[in-house]
Amino acid sequence: MSAITPEIVAEHGLKPDEYDRIVKAMGREPNITELGIFSVMWSEHCSYKSSRRHLRKLPTEAPWVICGPGENAGIIDIGDGQAAIFKMESHNHPSFIEPYQGAATGVGGILRDVFTMGARPVANLNALRFGSPDHPKTRHLLSGVVAGIGGYGNCVGVPTIGGECDFHPAYNGNILVNAMTVGIADTDKIFYSAAAGIGNPVIYVGSKTGRDGIHGATMASAEFGENSEEKRPTVQVGDPFTEKLLIEACLELMATDAIVAIQDMGAAGLTSSSVEMGSKGEVGIELDLDNVPQRETGMTPYEMMLSESQERMLMVLKPGREAEAMAIFRKWDLDFAVIGKVTDTRHLVLKHKGEIVADIPLGPLVDDAPNYDRPHEETEKQDVLGPDAFTAPESNADALRELLATPDLASKRWIYEQYDHMVMGDTIGRPGGDAGVVRVHGTQKALAITTDCTPRYCKADPVEGGRQAVAETWRNITATGAIPLAITNCLNFGNPEKPIIMGQFVGCLEGMAEACLALDYPVISGNVSLYNETNGQAILPTPAIGGVGILPNYDQRASISFAAEGETIVLIGDTEGHLGQSLYARELCGREDGAPPPVNLSAERRNGDLVRGLIMNGVATSCHDVSGGGLLVAIADMAMASRIGAVLDYDRGGVPSYAFLFGEDQGRYVLTTNNPELVLEQAAVDGVTASVIGVTGGATLKISEFDSISVAELTQVHEGWLPAYMAIP
Amino acid sequence: MKPAVIVFPASNCDRDAAVAIEKICGVKPFMVWHGDSTLPDVDLIVIPGGFSFGDYLRCGAMAARSPVMREVVDRANKGTPVLGICNGFQVLTEAGLLPGALMMNSHLKFVCKDVALKVESNQSMFTSAYQTGEVVKYTVAHHEGNYFADDATLDQIEQNGQVAFRYLDNPNGARNDIAGIFNKERNVLGLMPHPERMIERDLGGDDGARMFESLVASL
Repeated sequence: MSAITPEIVAEHGLKPDEYDRIVKAMGREPNITELGIFSVMWSEHCSYKSSRRHLRKLPTEAPWVICGPGENAGIIDIGDGQAAIFKMESHNHPSFIEPYQGAATGVGGILRDVFTMGARPVANLNALRFGSPDHPKTRHLLSGVVAGIGGYGNCVGVPTIGGECDFHPAYNGNILVNAMTVGIADTDKIFYSAAAGIGNPVIYVGSKTGRDGIHGATMASAEFGENSEEKRPTVQVGDPFTEKLLIEACLELMATDAIVAIQDMGAAGLTSSSVEMGSKGEVGIELDLDNVPQRETGMTPYEMMLSESQERMLMVLKPGREAEAMAIFRKWDLDFAVIGKVTDTRHLVLKHKGEIVADIPLGPLVDDAPNYDRPHEETEKQDVLGPDAFTAPESNADALRELLATPDLASKRWIYEQYDHMVMGDTIGRPGGDAGVVRVHGTQKALAITTDCTPRYCKADPVEGGRQAVAETWRNITATGAIPLAITNCLNFGNPEKPIIMGQFVGCLEGMAEACLALDYPVISGNVSLYNETNGQAILPTPAIGGVGILPNYDQRASISFAAEGETIVLIGDTEGHLGQSLYARELCGREDGAPPPVNLSAERRNGDLVRGLIMNGVATSCHDVSGGGLLVAIADMAMASRIGAVLDYDRGGVPSYAFLFGEDQGRYVLTTNNPELVLEQAAVDGVTASVIGVTGGATLKISEFDSISVAELTQVHEGWLPAYMAIP
Repeated sequence: MKPAVIVFPASNCDRDAAVAIEKICGVKPFMVWHGDSTLPDVDLIVIPGGFSFGDYLRCGAMAARSPVMREVVDRANKGTPVLGICNGFQVLTEAGLLPGALMMNSHLKFVCKDVALKVESNQSMFTSAYQTGEVVKYTVAHHEGNYFADDATLDQIEQNGQVAFRYLDNPNGARNDIAGIFNKERNVLGLMPHPERMIERDLGGDDGARMFESLVASL
C-alpha cells in the first residue's frame, strides 16, 4: 500500500484536520482503500457535516408519521393498514455535467430509496431549475434532463405526475435536478436497513459493479470550476430496464419473510450501504470482495467500494433462505451473490484475494464524522415596496398576455408530455394542475402530490422564503381538496463555507420549521445539496419542498378547470397588492428588489381549512391557489384549462388594479361555486376574507369594461413559448 | 371469456391491461410469463405495453423471440384473437403477425397525451361496440409509434380494410395517420394508443372500455 500523502488527502476532498480525525478514529494511518471509504462517508453529500445541526430544528413528528428522517425514505400512515413512503433527492452536479444520464440516474436512485423500504413506487415528480433561457447551454441541458427523466421513469412504468421548472441566470453554471418518488406499502410489510443476526448472510443483488461513478459523492460535494466537464467520468450510467426487474424481484422477495434488512447502493455505493446497515444495526459487516459481481476485470478493492454503478442493492437474509431468494432474482435475470456476513465486531472488514484490505471501526466512521457549526450571516432585510414603486401597465390584459408567455409562467406541456403520466392507470390529476393526484390502487383514497419553491423569495428573505415554500405545497394540496400530511425536501444551496450562504441555509430552515409546525405538516425525509456554485457564483437558495396529502374519497376533489359557465368566482384570502419580488416586477418592470410577500401562517391555515371543507362538501366546484403571477394569472389558468372565460367584477378596496391583479399576496385561493352566499357565510364564521370577484362564462376573460382578452389567445401565447424556444437549434 | 396477458421483463402495462379486463369483462386474466413455452386454453391473448427487454436492440424485437411467442403466433394463426397495445403492437410486427414496423416518432421525443382517433371499421371483434367513422379519445405514450410500411404494403393494408384506427392529429408521423391495424383475418389487432387507460371518466374518459365490451360480446 502506498503511503498517504497530503496530496492524496486533498484529492479525496478532505481537509488536513479531517484527515487527522481519520487517523484518530482508526488509531493508525489508513490505507488507500480505507481513506477512500472515509472520504465518501465524510463528504458533505453523505455526512451532512455542514447541515446536520440545523436539520435537527425541523419538526419531524406527528401521529401519522411512521418513520421520519434517517432511513432511505420517510413513511406516513394513510389508513387501512397502508403507508405512503416518499423522498426527494438532488442530482444537480451530475446533471449539469451529463444531463441525460445525470437526470436518469437521479430518478433511478430515488426510486430505489422508496422500493427498498417495501413500497411499490406509484408516482414520480421533479423540481427543475435552469439558467437563463438566453444562456447557450440552457436548451441542451433542458432537453437532456427532460429526456433523461422520461427515459428512466417511462421505462420503469411509474407515472411522472407533476413538478416545476423555473429559469434564472443564477443557475447558469449549476442547474438543479430534484427528483421525488412516492410509493405505497402495507404498514406490516415495511423494510428497514439495520443489519441484525450475527452470521446472517449479506447478499448483493442487481447489476454488476463497474468503474463508473467513482467519487460521485465527492464530486457532488465540491464547487465547479472551469473544467467541470472533465468530471464526466464520475457520472453514472442508468439502466432503467434492470431497475424495473429489480423492483419486481425485490417486491416478490419482500412478499416472503426472508429479508432481515435491505439498503440500496446509492451515493458511495457498496461503502455507504454496508456502513449504514452495520452501524444502524450496531453490528459488524465482513465482505469478501472476490464475490462481488464485477463488470470489469482487475478491479481493486478501492474501486469496488467507491463505484457508483447503478441498480444495485444490499440485503441481509435470514439464514437458510438464500436458495429461495436466489431463485427469484435468477427468474428476473439479475445477479445474486452472497458477499459477506454479519459479525459482532462492529467493524467493516473487507477481504480481497485472501487478505484483509480494510478494517474500519464503524462507530468512529459514523459518529466521529465532522459536524461543523459554520459561521452564518443573516441576509439583509429589504424594504417593503408599495404598489406605487412599480409602474402600471398600459392595460392589464396586455400585461397578462406578456406574463403568461414568460419562461416561469409559460405552459410546461412540452416537458410533461415527454413523461408517461398515465401508466399504472390511477392518475386522476394530471400535470398542469395544482398537485398531481394518483389513486391508491383499488381504494377510494388518492394522494395529492406537489413540488414547490420560490427561490426569488428565499434570496430576498430566507426565512420568509422557507415559510412560503412549505406553505405553497400545503396550499397546492389543499386546492385539490386533499389533507396535507407531510413533506420531503431537497435543500439546494451554494458553498456553506461562505457565511452569507450558510445564513441563507439557516434562515430557510427556520422559516420551514415555523411553517411545518403551524400547519401540522412534518418533514419526514430529505436531502441537502450544497456547493452549487461555479466560479464563485452561487445559485439562488432553493429549498425545494415535496408535499404529500390524502383525499379520503377522491370523488370529493377539485381541479383548476372551471366546472361550468355561469358560476360565481370567489377569492379567498387578503389582497394588499404586494408586488415586491413578484413576477410582474421582474418580468415587466425589470426589478428584482424589495421584500417578498409575507406568509401569515395562521391565516394560511384558516383559509386552507375553509377551502378544503368547501371542496369536500361539494360547494366549491373548482379551485386554484394564487401563486407566481398573482390573481389574474390564477384565473387565466382556470380559464385556459376549461376553455371557459370569465367576467370579473371586483372591489379592489383602494388597491391599484395592477397590484390587485398581479400582486403575490400569500394564502389565497380562487374557487368557483353555485352557492356564493354559503361560501361567504362560512368564510365569515371562520374569520376568513372572501369576496365575489366575477362569474365564469363566454370565450373571453373580461378584466374590466374596456379590458378583455380571448381565452384562445391566452392559451396560444401560454402554450407557445416553450415549444418555440426549444425549436431553435 | 378466458383471456391471458403475456408478461415480458419490463412490461409495464400488464397490470393496467389486467385491471381493464377484470373491470369490464368481469374475468381475471391468466398472467403468462414470457419464458413459458405453453399457453393455457384461452380465447383472447393480450400483449401489453411497456419496454419489454428495455427496448434495447429494437422495440419488441427480443420479446418477439421469447419462448411463449411461438405459441402465441400459432394460436393467432388458428384464429385466437390477439390484441397488442403499444409495445405489444411493436412485438406483433416483430413477430410477423402484423405488417410494417414502428419507427421512432418523427419529432424524436416520447409523447404522452390524449389523442382523437377515427374508428375505421367496427367489423371486428375488437371494435364492434363502436360506430364506423366514430371519433374516440385514447391516450398515447410512446417513443416509437411512427407506423411505417412500404408503399406496396400500405396499399394492401388500405385495400384490405386493415386500418383499425387513424389519428385525427398525427402525434408521431405515422404513415396514413395509422394508429392501429388488423391482420387480414381481423383476429389480430395492434395499436399504439392505450384503450386500457381510458376505461373510466376519472381517468379522462371511457372510450377505451368499449373495446373490451366488444370483446365480451364476441367471445
